[in-house]
Amino acid sequence: MVSVRSIFTSPSSLTYHDLPWVIKHREDRCTLCGRCTSVCPVGAIYLTYRRQRVPKLDVLKKKRGNEYRHFVGIRQQTDIAKRCIGCGMCSMVCPNEAIGPEPNQNENRSHFIHNQKGEAYKRGGRRNSTGATILDRISFDRISMLTDPALDAGRHEFNYNTILGRVLSPEDYLKKKATGEWIPPTREVFPFIIGSMSFGALSPNMWLGLLQGVAYCNEVLGIPVVMATGEGGCPPWVLKSPFLKYIILQIASGYFGWDEIIRAIPEMQCDPAAIEIKYGQGAKPGDGGLLMWFKVSKLIARLRGVPEGVDLPSPPVHQTLYSIEESVMKMIQTMSMAFGFRVPVYPKISGSTSAKAVLNNLVRNPYASGLMIDGIDGGTGAAYDVSMQATGHPVASNLRECYLDLVAQGKQNEIPLFAAGGVGKNGNVTQNGMALIMLGASGVHVGKYIMQSAAGCLGNELGRCNVCNTGICPKGITSQNEKLYRRLDPDDVAQRVADTFMGIRTEMKKIMAPLGRSQSLPIGMSDALGIDDAAAAERLKINYIC
Amino acid sequence: MCRLALKSADEPFSPYEVLTAMEAMQEGYDGSGLGLLLRGIEFEDFKLHPRHVILSGIAHTERALNRMADYMTDSGYDFRYQHDFERRKGIIDERSRGRFKYVVRVYRVPERWKSLTKKEQEAELLATRLALRKDGEDHGGDLTVFSLWNDVITIKEVGWPLQVGNGLSLDDNRIRARVVMAQGRQNTNYGINLYACHPFFIQGISTMTNGENTAFIPVKEYLEGREVPGYLGYHSDSEVFAHILHYVTKVLGLPLEVYKHVITPLKTEELDRHPQGEFLKGLRTACRRLIIDGPNAVIGTLPDETCLLVMDQKKLRPATVGGRPGAWAIASEMCGVDALVPDRDPSLDFQPMREHTVIIPPERKELTIWSQFDPFSLAQAA
Repeated sequence: MVSVRSIFTSPSSLTYHDLPWVIKHREDRCTLCGRCTSVCPVGAIYLTYRRQRVPKLDVLKKKRGNEYRHFVGIRQQTDIAKRCIGCGMCSMVCPNEAIGPEPNQNENRSHFIHNQKGEAYKRGGRRNSTGATILDRISFDRISMLTDPALDAGRHEFNYNTILGRVLSPEDYLKKKATGEWIPPTREVFPFIIGSMSFGALSPNMWLGLLQGVAYCNEVLGIPVVMATGEGGCPPWVLKSPFLKYIILQIASGYFGWDEIIRAIPEMQCDPAAIEIKYGQGAKPGDGGLLMWFKVSKLIARLRGVPEGVDLPSPPVHQTLYSIEESVMKMIQTMSMAFGFRVPVYPKISGSTSAKAVLNNLVRNPYASGLMIDGIDGGTGAAYDVSMQATGHPVASNLRECYLDLVAQGKQNEIPLFAAGGVGKNGNVTQNGMALIMLGASGVHVGKYIMQSAAGCLGNELGRCNVCNTGICPKGITSQNEKLYRRLDPDDVAQRVADTFMGIRTEMKKIMAPLGRSQSLPIGMSDALGIDDAAAAERLKINYIC
Repeated sequence: MCRLALKSADEPFSPYEVLTAMEAMQEGYDGSGLGLLLRGIEFEDFKLHPRHVILSGIAHTERALNRMADYMTDSGYDFRYQHDFERRKGIIDERSRGRFKYVVRVYRVPERWKSLTKKEQEAELLATRLALRKDGEDHGGDLTVFSLWNDVITIKEVGWPLQVGNGLSLDDNRIRARVVMAQGRQNTNYGINLYACHPFFIQGISTMTNGENTAFIPVKEYLEGREVPGYLGYHSDSEVFAHILHYVTKVLGLPLEVYKHVITPLKTEELDRHPQGEFLKGLRTACRRLIIDGPNAVIGTLPDETCLLVMDQKKLRPATVGGRPGAWAIASEMCGVDALVPDRDPSLDFQPMREHTVIIPPERKELTIWSQFDPFSLAQAA
């Protein structure tokens, strides 16, 4: 027996009960096949031989002794770098349901030692806070019962598309039409947009699957879904393909991928859906994009015009310009000009109490095509935990404030507002999106939900998985390692994208029909919203219901 | 549901005729109120002059009536005639509602208006009506003003339509009109308010609707932001139909046909095939905040006595138009048309579908049935 004093323990020592996830392993079912240990993305479990002392007392011979039993089993690593992330891939591959992670109900002591070597905790995913969001709590309560024959969501025709792009006032439209002046470009799109996730953050198979699914939605299902690329460009074959019209190209502070895009302009068969200029991201305001070196593969390096295997942090701001007013103005005009003033160009900002200032700037800029506001519950591929957890502004009140500001100016929807950040956080994607639309959004961007719904992303808000930044995504969604991403079949992703958008379309009709709305998307129909929280109702200027 | 009836005839007729047609349509309706708009007025004992305007409303107290009269005099209007309704006692509960005087007064417009353009004069009339309305609201609602226009009378009251007509002796033939619009319901979805009763009136344009505008709040918020005088009130979700018609024809100066394209635009696939598709798609985008929703039949009249009828995009409400040269009727029910113009060929009655705008031109020779799929003449679109 070793003395208690000599037991090795350091400040960073943990037992498996200190970890966020505890592996439950049933020895009686385990066949020792080893699949779990080989699939575990972080190496949290290992196969080990153990010895158990069995005291033996032979009464007749008056002898005391020991016997030793040997057994084989799966054990959990307690090293912080190899802590179980709860992804559950072990249970997915186990033939006998012998293993799986369980959330630790005890305190999670690993949180205190994430900052090994002075590196603050970085991860992927989004704000880890559970429970119903404000959006989840909104219900649609203005049921048209009075004079209205109810609409039939299954049989009636519904117009649910939205407009992306600067909308002129009727007076201006008629004047410009009569004089032959330039009329800002607009797109008729489905109001649920696949939010910015870069080619680089996402694996090639995931990206291809999304694009295939989007093309299917447009060309077969008649749902005009568009997807945003995020920073990092777009494969040249896509740029030169007719699918470019379903893509919103993003330019952000690192300008990654834009050499390829600019070079491809002469060969483009069609214009992109829009250009998004990223000034901020809801999940990590004040941070630029961050592609960790593990994910900078040969393909990514080529697309972005950088060496392989280096970290690619984008600066927090667009460096060449000295004020956001100037930046927004110049960049919007430059990008508009690059595409012959035929493509809507709009900025994306983090939700912020200063969002209205940006908005009012855009209202005065005739080339600005919209504003995208990304709230604190938005996801990201990589960021500091503290940014995700504590920096930013929830989207609901931010969006509502901006919309009401436009209403006060009589300019609602002239600058269409798009909202993102937590849409579908608890799976209620259509309800969340329609609530934002009725609060004044012209549409919503959905990223994390699409990864979960279309590709089976395992992340949740209990800290499950959350390793998108490290390139070890066990589902192959956010990895550039082909051993991992070949797990993801692009055709299957495409199928799920189509399933997802068909489902959203049906649910939209199921929300619009009882409200008596079928002719146009109910943007700003705040009289239809109610919430069981008086303070929130007051702030959002909707009904308080209980 | 509301009952709606409109009759337009070359020969002026009594508004009571329209009330009897409302009676024919009573089945299935509540009769909680009456709104009447008369256009092309003839008084039995007074001859209107082109420079005359008629003020209609209700003074709920004597003080309010005096204030109203003083305001009109101070503004330069010259009082010429007052129509006193023969109020039959006990039919309308006047005391509890404070109906001191149902106002129908004729004024001569101020002398100084001679130098004003027609548009400026119309703006002045609107400003006067709004000032009187505000005056009433500032004094606890003791004055309700419905219209001020050269040949329009508006009457609104809570109660069964025929009883209201009897209470005001509308059957005495002392007032006759070439166009009468009647609506038989007080609003029920918001607070009871006389201003919430159809037909709604702004600068000679008037509409009434049976149905529900489910896009009311966003449309109302957009109209309020136009900074056009008179875009206020909105005690009823249907009031926006009148204001959109005003906005399209007066503010934007577009032809009447465009109204339908604004409130219920065609789908993209339909506009792709439309001869003016490109213009209309742009118009749909620019006017998307004015797209209405829900089941509606909108019946309207314009200052030149043109009458119109349009349906919602799904044709979820009934409405029929019928008549003969010289007399036409639009009603929410066929029996209403029967009662209004019995001597017509009913086989020629028309029930518009979702794409139609039915127009009764001021000449009243024949109906114009215009389809949204047809082109219209518009300089800008050429």
